[in-house]
Amino acid sequence: MEPDEDLLTLGKKQFRSRLIVGTGKYPTFAIMREAIERSGAEIVTVAVRRIDLGARGKGSLLDSIDPGRYTLLPNTAGCYTAEEAVTTALLAREAGLSDFVKLEVIGDQQTLFPDVVGLIEATKRLVREGFTVMPYTNDDPITAKKLEDAGAVCVMPLAAPIGSGLGIRNPYNLRIILERAKVPVIVDAGVGTASDAAIALELGCDGVLMNTGIAGAKDPLAMAEAMRLAVRAGRLAFKAGRIPKKLYATASSPLEGKIDIE
Amino acid sequence: MQVRINGKPQEVRDGLSIAGLLAELGLDTRYAAVALNGEVVRRSDHPAVIVKEGDRIEIVHAVAGGA
Repeated sequence: MEPDEDLLTLGKKQFRSRLIVGTGKYPTFAIMREAIERSGAEIVTVAVRRIDLGARGKGSLLDSIDPGRYTLLPNTAGCYTAEEAVTTALLAREAGLSDFVKLEVIGDQQTLFPDVVGLIEATKRLVREGFTVMPYTNDDPITAKKLEDAGAVCVMPLAAPIGSGLGIRNPYNLRIILERAKVPVIVDAGVGTASDAAIALELGCDGVLMNTGIAGAKDPLAMAEAMRLAVRAGRLAFKAGRIPKKLYATASSPLEGKIDIE
Repeated sequence: MQVRINGKPQEVRDGLSIAGLLAELGLDTRYAAVALNGEVVRRSDHPAVIVKEGDRIEIVHAVAGGA
């Protein structure tokens, strides 16, 4: 890989794509697979759940997603305590999925906001166990710093509640997190459409994670492509250095040589 | 003997190991993991760990999910 390839580093791995996608909520596995392909994502999240004992010989998710091609990111969705989240992560690793974990410790079923106390505890425990921890958190800079200090390889502040499609509700907090973080900042949750993703990258975020934004779109394949382009555009714009915002106009054309017909 | 597998009571043979149980259930275990009474069992220990009466067993795998 070229040194100036602008790679995203997470733990011991490096990635070209700054878009991470989920595998949930798709109408079919075939659409899911194609959407992931079009998104250009290299990391995909999976959930860890009970095997259906009555479904002998039925196809599994990993028949549709090649674990050799993608970095699997098991999540601890639905875990409300650090204990549940840690056990889920350990199971995911033992299943041979990954030692990356998208760590969720949920505080409340309606908002799905994180329980940050449990989240920080689970982060510490899983870092001790050798996991590459990517914690889903809120947009509080204090919590983000604690997660970084606990050894998380990145912090993943939500833009808005999971699946809400509201986009970035608090860009100011996000900017504070970005200013202080020494690890990558990846916006996770609440992205609704392409501009939301572009804005995240323009602000200086290192990546975006989304699931519903693509899977729930009327045309998930088209939206996957849109998101791929948006993340790319946002990143390029960020690196290009935007013009400042001004209250008044500054003409783009010269004053010299203007005709005088008075 | 009676055990609980994934929350449901099941009758299984005495003296079965975790590996034996998985084989009898006919499950695709390529990417599966097992917890016994709340503790994760290493894959390498599956043949050695014996299931006992009243054990609670969770057998999980990866499914589609975002958050």
